[in-house]
Amino acid sequence: MFLAVLGRDLVLAGRQGGESGLALLFFVLGAVLFPLGLGPERGMQAGLGLLWVVALLAALLSLERLFRADWEDGALDLLAARPEPLVAAVLAKCAVHWLATGLPMAVIAPLLGSMLAAPSERLGLLALSFLVGTPALTLIGAAGAALTLGARLGGVLTAILVLPLYIPVLIFGAAAAEGREGALALLAAMSLTALALAPAAAAAALRHAVEQ
Amino acid sequence: MARHLHRLANPGRFRRAAERVLPWTAGTSVVAFIAGLWLALVASPIDYQQKDSVRIMYVHVPAAWMALSTYAIMALGSAGALIWRHPLAELAARASAAPGACFTLIALVTGSLWGLPTWGTWWVWDARLTSVLVLLFLYIGYMALWRAFDEPRRAGRAAAVLALVGAVNLPIVKFSVDWWSTLHQPASVSRFGAPAMDPTMLRPLLVMYAAFLFFWVTVLLLRLRAVLAERRLAALALQPPP
Repeated sequence: MFLAVLGRDLVLAGRQGGESGLALLFFVLGAVLFPLGLGPERGMQAGLGLLWVVALLAALLSLERLFRADWEDGALDLLAARPEPLVAAVLAKCAVHWLATGLPMAVIAPLLGSMLAAPSERLGLLALSFLVGTPALTLIGAAGAALTLGARLGGVLTAILVLPLYIPVLIFGAAAAEGREGALALLAAMSLTALALAPAAAAAALRHAVEQ
Repeated sequence: MARHLHRLANPGRFRRAAERVLPWTAGTSVVAFIAGLWLALVASPIDYQQKDSVRIMYVHVPAAWMALSTYAIMALGSAGALIWRHPLAELAARASAAPGACFTLIALVTGSLWGLPTWGTWWVWDARLTSVLVLLFLYIGYMALWRAFDEPRRAGRAAAVLALVGAVNLPIVKFSVDWWSTLHQPASVSRFGAPAMDPTMLRPLLVMYAAFLFFWVTVLLLRLRAVLAERRLAALALQPPP
């Protein structure tokens, strides 16, 4: 079932393309706004942490649609009715979401970093911090998106639930991008912890959303 | 224990038990607040470095303890609601959220007031302060999630899952002062061996803690009673008139 959902969602993401592409565009635009708003000098001094802030917000934007389409057209009911655990489907959807947003962000981040005048030897580290940290954003966000399925003000509510849980990722993501010792390991630990806990929470929330 | 909890699932029995307990918890809280405030503000010695500002501790520390333990109760209640479908556990978790958020806010505000004379700043972005701020946001998110659904059952389960996910933050708050070297001082009461605090200061602190604790129990029972009455009214409204 994991592979079936993975394949279907990859095809869907490839054909539609728009949603994750828009999230990436938001990531670029948001990063450009900071030097413009703060003035080029201070924007460049603000450091690579602001890229992480924008990445957080871009990830939030793309979460809204993670389960909603499947929930609306009933695909989620069919997935929940299958004997395989729902966690597998959640993991597959998270994998696709990460491939469509986290991975491209990690590719774009060094470009934006050089626009913010980061020293070139830092850019590899920046991309690495994104590679290690963005899975946590996707996984925690999936739990939040599943919880708010069918809620009034779903999008805003997801942000309010998910952003506090994103704070540790933001702190250590920015620290890892700046090359702080041990931050990358802690970031990896967060992604792995999220991998262990968040899909189960998301699956439980999805089941409750389907049952009612 | 499990059998007693099971018996209390009956709303009528719970209401009668709560009515018997309520005057005692309310009375204990009032007495402890009066005694604790007198001990803390008048009868306890001033700190040789912090002078009178140390008295903020007698409000700050109990509020922070209650903020953490209320979230723990909320998470336990949510687990009880999800696993055993205990009707009262879910309501207890829901009723805990608002007092918990208030305790967290009190801890943050008194901490800021205490920070200015002792650290020279209202706020620092260290691990303890940040994680307590996250705790406040978790409480608010939990309450917002309860209100976001028309269906109370769905709201209850979604909020329960959120409470369990957010419980990850509890050990971070508790151990943040040990894991990272922060401006906030490490634990000096709840540690192995003797507390690193003089009995003349520890006594008012514990009395204030008892006051906060019984205040919380009182508020929780009152809120639970209100929610149960609300449900009963809704159920009565559905019945045809005799």
